[in-house]
Amino acid sequence: MSDITLGHPSSLIPHQLKRKSILNRSTLMSQILQFFILIPVVGFLAGLFVPRKKERILSGISIATIGLQTLGILTFIVWWLMNRAPTLDIKHIVLYKSPEFEFFIDFYFDSITAVFALVGAVLTFLVAVFSRYYMHRELGFKRYFITLLLFYIGYNLVIFAGNFETLFVGWEMLGISSFLLIGFYRDRYLPVKNALKVLSFYRLGDICLILAMWMSHHLWHKNITFAEWNQSDVVLEAFQGHYLQAMFIVVMILIAAAIKSAQLPFSTWLPRAMEGPTTSSAIFYGSLSVHIGAFLLLRTYPFWQHEMVISGIIIAIGLSTSLVAATIARVQSSVKTQIAYASIAQIGLIFIEIALGWHGLALLHFAGNAFLRTYQLLVSPSVLSYLVHDMFFNFSPRTTQVPDTLFQKIKQAVYVLSVKEWNFDYLLHRFLWRPFKWIGRKSGIMGPRWGLASLLVLFIVGATGFSLKENLHFEFHQYLTLLFSSLALAMVLKAFAEREDAKHAWLTALLSQFFSALSLLWNKDIEWHQTGIYLSGTVVAAIVGYICLHKIESKEGEISLNEYHGHSYEHPGIGLVFLLAALGFSGFPITPTFLGIDLMFTHISANQIVLVVLTALNFLFLELTILRIYSRVFLGQHKKMYHPVAFKSS
Amino acid sequence: MSWVTTSNHQTFQTIKPLKPIKPSNHQTTSFYSILNKMNFSGQNGAKGHSVDVVTPTLPKHEGLAAHELHPSFDEHHVLHELKHYLPAQSALKDFIHHNSLHAYQHLKFYKAIFKASKIFGYQVTLQLQEFRQLYRNGRIRETVLDRVISERKGVDQLAVWKENLLHKPYDASNTPRIGALRSHWKSQFKIDLDSQVQPLLFRILCSYLDQGISLWQFPTDEKGFLSAIQTLERNGFTSFFKTKRARNLLLEGNCTISDLLKMVVGNEAYYEQYLFDQQFSHQGWSGIVSAVEDSPQALLDSKVISLHDLIVFELLLEIDALDACLGKGWEPLCNRVTAPPQNLFADVESTELQEVFSLWQDAFEWDYYDSVLAGLGKSNKRSPQARTAISFQAVFCIDERECSLRRHIEHVDTECETLGAPGFFGVEFFFQPENGKFYEKLCPAPVTPKYLIKEFGASEKRKHELLYTNKTHTLLSGFLSTLTLGFWAAVRTFLTLFRPKMSPAISNAFAHMNEKAQLSIENKGLHDRENDLQIGFTVEEMTARVEGQLRGMGLIKGFAPIIYIIAHGSSSANNPHHGAHDCGACSGRPGSVNARVFAHMANHVKVRALLLTKGIDIPVETQFVGGLHDTAADEIGYFDQGFLTAKNAALHLKNKAAFEKALDLNAKERSRRFASISSKMSIGKIRKAIKDRSVSLFEPRPELGHGTNTLCIVGRRDMTKGLFLDRRAFLNSYDYRTDLEGKLLPGIMRPLGPVCGGINLEYYFSRVDNYKLGAGTKLPHNVMGLFGVANSSDGDLRPGLPVQMIEVHDPVRLLIVVEHFPDVVLKTIQSSPEMYEWFINEWVHLVAVDPATNQFFYFKEGAFLPYHPLTRDIAPVQDFHTLIETATEMETNQIVDATAENLPVMMVNR
Repeated sequence: MSDITLGHPSSLIPHQLKRKSILNRSTLMSQILQFFILIPVVGFLAGLFVPRKKERILSGISIATIGLQTLGILTFIVWWLMNRAPTLDIKHIVLYKSPEFEFFIDFYFDSITAVFALVGAVLTFLVAVFSRYYMHRELGFKRYFITLLLFYIGYNLVIFAGNFETLFVGWEMLGISSFLLIGFYRDRYLPVKNALKVLSFYRLGDICLILAMWMSHHLWHKNITFAEWNQSDVVLEAFQGHYLQAMFIVVMILIAAAIKSAQLPFSTWLPRAMEGPTTSSAIFYGSLSVHIGAFLLLRTYPFWQHEMVISGIIIAIGLSTSLVAATIARVQSSVKTQIAYASIAQIGLIFIEIALGWHGLALLHFAGNAFLRTYQLLVSPSVLSYLVHDMFFNFSPRTTQVPDTLFQKIKQAVYVLSVKEWNFDYLLHRFLWRPFKWIGRKSGIMGPRWGLASLLVLFIVGATGFSLKENLHFEFHQYLTLLFSSLALAMVLKAFAEREDAKHAWLTALLSQFFSALSLLWNKDIEWHQTGIYLSGTVVAAIVGYICLHKIESKEGEISLNEYHGHSYEHPGIGLVFLLAALGFSGFPITPTFLGIDLMFTHISANQIVLVVLTALNFLFLELTILRIYSRVFLGQHKKMYHPVAFKSS
Repeated sequence: MSWVTTSNHQTFQTIKPLKPIKPSNHQTTSFYSILNKMNFSGQNGAKGHSVDVVTPTLPKHEGLAAHELHPSFDEHHVLHELKHYLPAQSALKDFIHHNSLHAYQHLKFYKAIFKASKIFGYQVTLQLQEFRQLYRNGRIRETVLDRVISERKGVDQLAVWKENLLHKPYDASNTPRIGALRSHWKSQFKIDLDSQVQPLLFRILCSYLDQGISLWQFPTDEKGFLSAIQTLERNGFTSFFKTKRARNLLLEGNCTISDLLKMVVGNEAYYEQYLFDQQFSHQGWSGIVSAVEDSPQALLDSKVISLHDLIVFELLLEIDALDACLGKGWEPLCNRVTAPPQNLFADVESTELQEVFSLWQDAFEWDYYDSVLAGLGKSNKRSPQARTAISFQAVFCIDERECSLRRHIEHVDTECETLGAPGFFGVEFFFQPENGKFYEKLCPAPVTPKYLIKEFGASEKRKHELLYTNKTHTLLSGFLSTLTLGFWAAVRTFLTLFRPKMSPAISNAFAHMNEKAQLSIENKGLHDRENDLQIGFTVEEMTARVEGQLRGMGLIKGFAPIIYIIAHGSSSANNPHHGAHDCGACSGRPGSVNARVFAHMANHVKVRALLLTKGIDIPVETQFVGGLHDTAADEIGYFDQGFLTAKNAALHLKNKAAFEKALDLNAKERSRRFASISSKMSIGKIRKAIKDRSVSLFEPRPELGHGTNTLCIVGRRDMTKGLFLDRRAFLNSYDYRTDLEGKLLPGIMRPLGPVCGGINLEYYFSRVDNYKLGAGTKLPHNVMGLFGVANSSDGDLRPGLPVQMIEVHDPVRLLIVVEHFPDVVLKTIQSSPEMYEWFINEWVHLVAVDPATNQFFYFKEGAFLPYHPLTRDIAPVQDFHTLIETATEMETNQIVDATAENLPVMMVNR
């Protein structure tokens, strides 16, 4: 508990008494915060048990849950304002504790949380009511509302989070629920492809957050809370004593925020996320999800506010994004894409406002933008008749302009560039993803049979050799650590680029995690049980997943990753189990693995840049690999064409 | 009376007033009709034929000859073929229903659909287990199934085939021919060319064709698509291409399709197959390009583009992608292809499974038809009521959604008489709303009117919706509007959910015409013209139309004091497909102007005088009143009520009350199919709920459109009056007694194929394969360029109907029942080859009811054969309210559940 902003003492009541009562009330208020996570969790869990055809109950639970939450938040905010709006912070659950490391859930409440919580609750409530009718009889009605609640839990975790760890759990939930809702129409190719594409961006952001957490552990030797950043000495000390490390943290946060808010150069994912039902696009990509980047900046503002460089970078990103995105929005000829870019442009401005410290404006701007874009997306199908009608009465044929002047030529050049979305998609693909795919393909020598066998031998040698660790030279440890870590990354990349056997890719991914663990075992004095925490979830999930793949293979024949199979059409049950296994495997907070990942990183020193990069990349590609396997095997156009199957281009 | 005219006109929906209409040869129609003075040809502009041809020769599709493989590549021929097979749907604002497989209409139905299935991979019937489930649920009766099998396979084969149909396992998976060649890019070259090329191609196409979404339009001149791209590329600062070669090829400007194919494909024998593979990998976009090429006026902001240009540009983008991925020295595709070139259109082998499907389909169809015919038999035996006085007459559109309203109004006022005629009421014209910059066509799509009706005298500007303005998408005004309008948007979202009401952004059927405005219905003289169109009609022209319409319906005596002409339209919110709910006979628009124009003509003193000379004596007291029925909101509005005589005004007041009651009952009947409305609520609440649907942004099913349409009955109302047809029948009034020789019948029957058959088959195909032939679910739709919808930002356009419109539809063909002597009906359908094609190729079924004997004759293989219904008992509707209130909600929208509430034919107690 720290830093509670206090009001001025009243003249009537003795100073001390008032102070104490406010303190007490703040404690009480802090205690209430957890309920804003609990309410949607209860709704989510209740929804799981409702049969999928019970539309009224399913949507009713969502609406009731979010409605209750909205009322609760509203009441809470009024009460909070009446008590002079203290900043609240409370450490709730300690999930893991060891002498050098503590993992705990922490909640926080200030005006930023208040605005985001209120706007989020109101919008989610409106969209849930809208969806109740809109989604009627849609295949996947239950899936939709369950995922909406999962999203809402994640959103609340993020905005109520008092430390990075809590925020990260919510952040992961947002990512996965995005993946599920973009790929909502799982029997078509484009939604599935784009869901993976968006996920790859999100995952990059996740890794940046993990790295920020990792560095902050080293900087403060504990899980720092956002409240502590409000103390200027903590921040000052960090920047004065460890400038580079502190800057590293900020840059990582900045990248994560830019990705999540679709700022340059990561903008192209946003229009491609508009694959799900219009309602989900409206709430995710029109409003809430896409503003989370801005939230992250607001939340971390106390930490970087005095660093002119950072403010400068943020302003530069925001400005260039708003200019470029506004230009792209001008040339878009499909409604949702246009709204997406218009929204990005405004978020660019919000970034600038945050960097300049105009937080009131930023919050107002966020709320306005979120409401406006949600509405515009919800009514986007009406645009056809509205604008055609408009044209009918107001159209004037335009005059052709011959591009003779230099200005005209530049204008046309910008037009072409904007139609191509400034090539960002292509550039990112070429310079960010393609090198990794290349490595993955080159790692093909590690397989299929002999390669895997020799790796196994190597692993056994590595693991057994561990008992000799004491006798070996420290430098040798380091080499082994890097070796195993590189092997782990190469294996993940191989699994990522795998085109043949799904089971093989799955096993390769699993083995890579063993190598990853091994590399960390060699690295430092890590305790076995900590590795155990990490591997326990992974191994169980991987075994369950393997059984699912095996079952599918025995029923349907080979499952190569060269194409989409769409087996969830016939085996939705296996598909669901496999999805859960995949989430567990990749460290989603349903197994202890998510805690393990944090633990593992803690054991990498602040100066082991190579190791941390290797390990981070490993986690980045692990989730992509795993969900790629899920997508290829269970999603997409169904392979068996005895029933209507969508065109690939639709 | 006969009235013949021949002229050639291009078919178009809207034209710019500034440009003269140029006649074109593309869609040539010969104008001949006794009644409607217009010809309904198929979608493909088959050549005109004289009515004297008694033995019809079917229009031969030129492609027939092409089904042998062309070793040498004939670009013109292949482009023509492509255009023939591509989806023909134009911009969504003019939604015109048509047979989704129109390209195969020269073949017999089953042959055609199985061929289409093999070539393009469409599902063309229900799935086997669905038919079997329908059988188990009793929706396909065993007796009917037995008869269908026995008739087609012989009685001795019954057991074998029944076993096949019911139990034999079949592998129904279908590997289409299309796409096989192009798939080698992936298998041989490890490149996904579609993903490399399509997103950018679609984006450029959409930007070029865009009607008004983008704030910054495609920089273009009048020369067309390819030329516009060349101009942009010549600029030189930026390029759509990643590499140089393709760009240079474009700039040099002399690359032909053959040249490019030589680089990409290599072997000339494969060119045709490759182009089909390529264009059908995005048939939606290719289809709209082809449609816009044929009639640029289909878009308000007309664009010059051709399939040729699209192919050239796409091939260049492919070369570009291949250069970028494979480097310079890649070989053409066919260097690595061993399979011989495939003739996509080669005959399709018939299989046992196809037989099974067609037997099931026949059984499914006849199960319903049989009970309909049995019902008609029973209903006809009841002696028609001798009417002493007729309180009023009401003419509705033949649209099957008016079927129930007619039943209810007849129930509420038993003295009234209702009639049905195509909803443009025989008056064909372009309409220009006041201040409108374009004309709207208000008659069936294949007709090109020579008349213009202008609205004037009551300008009422539509209010603006600030939240829709695209200024919110720019940087600075976007900034200001998020801070202001943004919060208004929150309020609006709230109101939208809890207080839905009409707003400018909702398509309002009643706003199509301002009822306070005047219309230029009467022509003022030779010079009263605009853009080659005659403004208004002369008295003679009016008389001809009124006479034709009245005679067609058999309404030539016994006129009531008031005759209502009720058009229909549909209000709906958030619905890009709103045109599909409007009147098909008015090119997908509300028919309010037609109703008003017709009423005006029929009330015209000079017209009355002329009619008298032609033997139609309309009493002076009789007055015609135009009206519009909003089929979604279930409301009726009336036009020009002020001119009614005092006596009629009093009657009108009474009639209006009757209509209101009928609308109450109609709303209640419709509520049966809406899960969100309980039919047990009070009428007032149901009416409110029905009305709210039409203005609710969150409601993807404002109404169910033409879902469940199955029948088209041409004859006197007495034939059907005793039947409960569950809103499934197009009802076209016709009285054989006034037309014993069948002179009027061709004019009546000619539109039935293209209009009713077109609606029916579009619903059929969208239902059986909503993925490939329908538009899929509406919910993820993204409006592209204001002319179409796609699923996402990078997707193909989705022609066809969305799942929300077709889910309750039974995919069965239309049964047309005509009350006349079989030889007259035979002569009628043979009077024009385009009409005959619909029947002889079995795209619709036809039964003639011999008025002398009340016997049924089924048209098969060119002749009428007697038909005896198997159905003995037709259940009566014991109580309408119970029937409606006991409906159960569908479990899912899978066919078997979703159509379980499609009611059988029942008898109405009179």
